[in-house]
Amino acid sequence: MDQFTINLLFVGASFAIYIGIAIWARAGSTSEFYAAGRGVHPVTNGMATAADWMSAASFLSMAGLIAFTGYDNSAYLMGWTGGYVLLALLLAPYLRKFGKFTVSEFIGDRFYSPSARLVAVLCLIIASITYVIGQMTGVGVAFGRFLEVDTTTGLLIGAVIVFAYAVFGGMKGVTYTQVAQYVVLILAYTIPAIFISLQLTGNPIPALGLFGSDTATGEPLLQTLDAIVTDLGFNQYTAHNGDTLNMVLFTLSLMIGTAGLPHVIMRFFTVPKVADARWSAGWALVFIALLYLTAPAVGAMARLNITQQFWPEGTDGPAVTIEQIETDPAYDWMATWQQTGMLGWEDKNGDGRIQYYNEKSPAMQEKATAEGWTGNELTNFNNDILVLANPEIANLPSWVIGLVAAGGLAAALSTAAGLLLAISSAVSHDLMKGQLTPNISEKGELLAARIAMAVSIAVATWLGLNPPGFAAQTVALAFGLAAASIFPVLMMGIFTKVNNKGAVAGMLAGFIVTLLYIFLHKGWFFIPDTNSYTDADPLFLGIKSTSFGAVGAVINFTVAFVVSSMTKPIPAEISELVESVRIPRGAGVAQDH
Amino acid sequence: MADHTSSGEAYWKANLRIIIISLIIWALCSFGFGILLRPALSGISVGGTDLGFWFAQQGSILVFLVLIFFYAFRMNKLDQEHGVDEE
Repeated sequence: MDQFTINLLFVGASFAIYIGIAIWARAGSTSEFYAAGRGVHPVTNGMATAADWMSAASFLSMAGLIAFTGYDNSAYLMGWTGGYVLLALLLAPYLRKFGKFTVSEFIGDRFYSPSARLVAVLCLIIASITYVIGQMTGVGVAFGRFLEVDTTTGLLIGAVIVFAYAVFGGMKGVTYTQVAQYVVLILAYTIPAIFISLQLTGNPIPALGLFGSDTATGEPLLQTLDAIVTDLGFNQYTAHNGDTLNMVLFTLSLMIGTAGLPHVIMRFFTVPKVADARWSAGWALVFIALLYLTAPAVGAMARLNITQQFWPEGTDGPAVTIEQIETDPAYDWMATWQQTGMLGWEDKNGDGRIQYYNEKSPAMQEKATAEGWTGNELTNFNNDILVLANPEIANLPSWVIGLVAAGGLAAALSTAAGLLLAISSAVSHDLMKGQLTPNISEKGELLAARIAMAVSIAVATWLGLNPPGFAAQTVALAFGLAAASIFPVLMMGIFTKVNNKGAVAGMLAGFIVTLLYIFLHKGWFFIPDTNSYTDADPLFLGIKSTSFGAVGAVINFTVAFVVSSMTKPIPAEISELVESVRIPRGAGVAQDH
Repeated sequence: MADHTSSGEAYWKANLRIIIISLIIWALCSFGFGILLRPALSGISVGGTDLGFWFAQQGSILVFLVLIFFYAFRMNKLDQEHGVDEE
């Protein structure tokens, strides 16, 4: 059986499972559509949250960004896990106690203001759509590889499948499907990592193998890697090469953003009790950590494997020949990935070999002149392909490659579905039923929800054709937007007595400034070439647009406190509401209204 | 059902104290050991690199896990002590 058939088998079988579960647990009422009837156990909920959370960005993109940058991109690892601490300590139990369905309902009620709810809905929709754009980038990569077509075709096919899939059921269908998806994606991530860790270090646990010894040299793996990449003129892998301010702000933006994204917060509305909401966040992080502790090992080991493939006799020896790339089965992955348009090489100096090195390093330029090289000949290596290509690069059995294809799709689909659900509930429940057409029937609400899904996926697909960055980078922008708008008001709503005007002013200020900053650097509405600045030379204090969410959050807090202190304090009944949210007793079943 | 008794206030103060201590540890292990204090820890070597690198890539995540479970355990006990738990 060839690889294509095996991939098709794995992907087909996993889809059959998800669709089967979705049909079995189809949502009947609006309450089930949004919150699964609140009958979900914390461990189950944690696993579903993990699947929801670990998207194409975590699964496909993150290890690649770590592999090619090294230590500096640890920000992704700390940022996307540290946010759960904020969620568990500062938001989850109180929002569950409040007992409504959506984040914006809480904001509307707590700040006794339909405009606060409206602003929150708009912030949520824009942040979520940005997030879906990142997912669609990943969907394009995964489908492109697995169907052996170019990424654009892969993206269009993927979009149709995501839509069909998300429309099927609500949260309940999605919750159990996501448990299945979690199992598929975690196996798909860890099994190849275990194989590779055994090959390189002899340690079956990749997280430990990363700090173990390279069996070929007997030296620690990370030292071998540091030596080989610096020999080729690249930055030392374990060193801090970027600037500290951006690393701190970026990590903080991802953390705060995690605790401000609707599809994650919504999960904590679905547990039976306040106490369960606290445990749920912990369980979610356990399941997330299984992938996140493996990811840095995947990145470092893949970087080592790739570099050694291009320099089979070490960095002092000759580079790999084109003849070997074309005939040796160990290099088959290069031809497969070339057809997706995400990998490219060119023998610039016509010596029949592919020299891969950092052509910007002065030392390497000297060496190149001496050796007769005319530039780096690995002309294109898209970071987003690393995880999918990794098992092929390491020559793992074909069933592992099929499993990884299924896992990548599971990751992209589960998150896209969760986000579409959050967007559709924001439109139908908060915008239509809550504001524009309060008398809408239950049926009409469900219809509006599905139309909202269709529109958002169309927009995300169109923008996903020319994404503002790699999957994880686009997703990071969505986190910045959530960090600047939602998290601060939720926190102030619970821990302070900031009033309605403060909340609205804070959200607007934080969100608008952050959105403008992103558009100025990434293009207006993410349309390419409409940007005035770049992240290489940012506008304000050298802060990159991906790191700006933390600044937006500070603006939000500051404006809210100042405006609130100058306007009328909150009424007595809202003060009572705040007091009651702080205490678990009396958290009944949440009501719809 | 809002609880205005002194027990409610004491409960909230105790909760805030636990949150603040937890967040100090949270920041220390990620932004501290993982980024800002990494140079100070560079003398301690771990598997071919230094302790700060380990904290940035794995240690912080393990600490986060411990913190969340500690908080859930501690709070569920605190709820009972102050009689504000769910029946």
